[in-house]
Amino acid sequence: MSDDPGHPDGAAPAALSTKFEELPDAPPKRRLRLTRVGKVAVSIVAFWLVVVFIGPWIAPYHEADIVADDSFTEAGTFCSQWEPDECSFHLIGTDYLGRDLLSRIIYGARTTIGISIASTVLAYLIGVTLGIAAAVGGVKLDTGLSRFNDAFISMPNIMLGLVVIAAIGSTIPILIVTAGCIFATVVFRIARALALDVMVSDFVEAARGRGEGLWWVIRKEILPNIAMPLATDFGLRLVFIILFTSSLSFLGLGVQPPHSDWGSMVRENLQGLAYGSLAPIAPAIAIATLTISINLIVDDVSAHAGGRLAKRML
Amino acid sequence: MMWRMVLRRVGIGIVTLWVVSVLMFAGTEILPGDVAQIMLGQDATPENLAALRGALGLDKPAVVRYFEWLGDMARFDLGMSLAGTTGSGGGGTTIEVLIGARLQNTLLLAGVVAAISVPLSVALGLVAAMFPTSPFDRAVTFTTLCLVAVPEFFVATLLVLIFAVQLNWLPAIATMREFESVGQMLRSMALPIITLCVVLLAQMARMTRAAVLNVMSSPYIEMAILKGVPRRRIILRHALFNAIGPVVNIIALNLAYLVSGVVIVETIFAFPGLAKLMVDGVQVRDMPLVQACGMIFCATYVVLILISDIASIVSNPRLRHPR
Repeated sequence: MSDDPGHPDGAAPAALSTKFEELPDAPPKRRLRLTRVGKVAVSIVAFWLVVVFIGPWIAPYHEADIVADDSFTEAGTFCSQWEPDECSFHLIGTDYLGRDLLSRIIYGARTTIGISIASTVLAYLIGVTLGIAAAVGGVKLDTGLSRFNDAFISMPNIMLGLVVIAAIGSTIPILIVTAGCIFATVVFRIARALALDVMVSDFVEAARGRGEGLWWVIRKEILPNIAMPLATDFGLRLVFIILFTSSLSFLGLGVQPPHSDWGSMVRENLQGLAYGSLAPIAPAIAIATLTISINLIVDDVSAHAGGRLAKRML
Repeated sequence: MMWRMVLRRVGIGIVTLWVVSVLMFAGTEILPGDVAQIMLGQDATPENLAALRGALGLDKPAVVRYFEWLGDMARFDLGMSLAGTTGSGGGGTTIEVLIGARLQNTLLLAGVVAAISVPLSVALGLVAAMFPTSPFDRAVTFTTLCLVAVPEFFVATLLVLIFAVQLNWLPAIATMREFESVGQMLRSMALPIITLCVVLLAQMARMTRAAVLNVMSSPYIEMAILKGVPRRRIILRHALFNAIGPVVNIIALNLAYLVSGVVIVETIFAFPGLAKLMVDGVQVRDMPLVQACGMIFCATYVVLILISDIASIVSNPRLRHPR
């Protein structure tokens, strides 16, 4: 094709290929600056993500291994009373069946975070696709989708979840699809509103005027413009989905044994509270650190909206 | 004009309730294996199944059963619990009997929680919004941010650990047996009440703060600041009245949130309320019971959302004239 190495095929002349950011009057690049709290939050989330990926290799025991004879042992080394040489070490004790708590939390990170991320991604795929479709697809499609969505949104999430699970039972795929569909309703609303805003803007009108197709407008104008607000919302939605799925698991209607899941771990070890065991508290703390951190990051990112006059003067 | 908008909104609410009832009913229809199978369990021979289905009316077409069910619901005839739930007698009890006392318990719980948390959270949010970026505001913002992000059962387990296990002040299980005094009853309900209050308080205070700050950053407040109106006067004369609409909206929304909050809290404290009944029903797949409870919860939720929407229509003249 092209012999000149400086000009890959289809390259425009240098003057036209200048990027938007390099123009002399381009707005200053926005940089994401986090506060100290935000940085701590980011490292906590990163920590849990690492655990999700390398969990099985760093966990001292398998999630289903019953390693101690006693339930709710304290932290430390535990030796079998029948075979004194068989000892096992538990950093934060064991659960109600004598399984190593730390290992179960590490394995549980995979289930809890994996299911939640899968559901959030699903919710976004459904919600954003339909939301943009409603925004660009004309009044009829918009009204139809929005009314349908309104009906679903006006039921409490957990009630919808309970009815679905009462009807078809609970497996991990069902859980992901249920949570994904339930939360797609909210994503739909947000994506539709954002896309509608972009659709009525002057630059879209200009693009349509010079003959760009609908698909081009969606790809080049709508998606880049709604990406940032949606990304912030993704974090929030993830928190809600973690809370939702672990609440279902806590009710015994989410992830089923023998899989370890933070929500169901709190439930199954609840009796340990009376003995002052860490078993029900530790998984709850794990959930709390994760969700609080995500929330803090979202808050930090969206706090850069610039101080209004009233805020500064009062 | 305004009343037409409100009526329209009420109409949408009624349609929504109808759609909810269809979905609730559809929930049973996709069930693999019906209630007759669950009731008979091991003894399910084809003849037994057919006989029981006939007796329960399960052999009629779905549409017929839907309208029968809807008619019964409208007359508050909730039908029979098919499978019978744990701790409340065998199968064949009427659902009204099961629900009656439990509905009262749940309403009592929700009522006390609302009575405590609504005034407290609105006050917290208002004060925080009046002094933005003050240490008090920062403390409120940070604490509530953390609290809204944790699951209800986290708050509940922590409270049990502190007040029931360590200090031994309050009972960890909220049994609603016969009580000698109101004080004794409240003591037994204390932990569920505190848990729900904490969660609700955080959410409401946060939203109230945001709503008031939103009003405070509107142009007419800037104008008032610039012309030198004293701060007290700005807040009391200009900001407060304009924040009433959003705040009522927030209260109604959060009371609607209580509907899902009670599910977790009643389960963790074994509180004999409606939500616990529903969760038990889900576990044994007692669909008529789940439907009845679900309809009560969803209806409450829809009505509260309706109230919150009407509050914002009435309070904001601009919403009365949609473009």
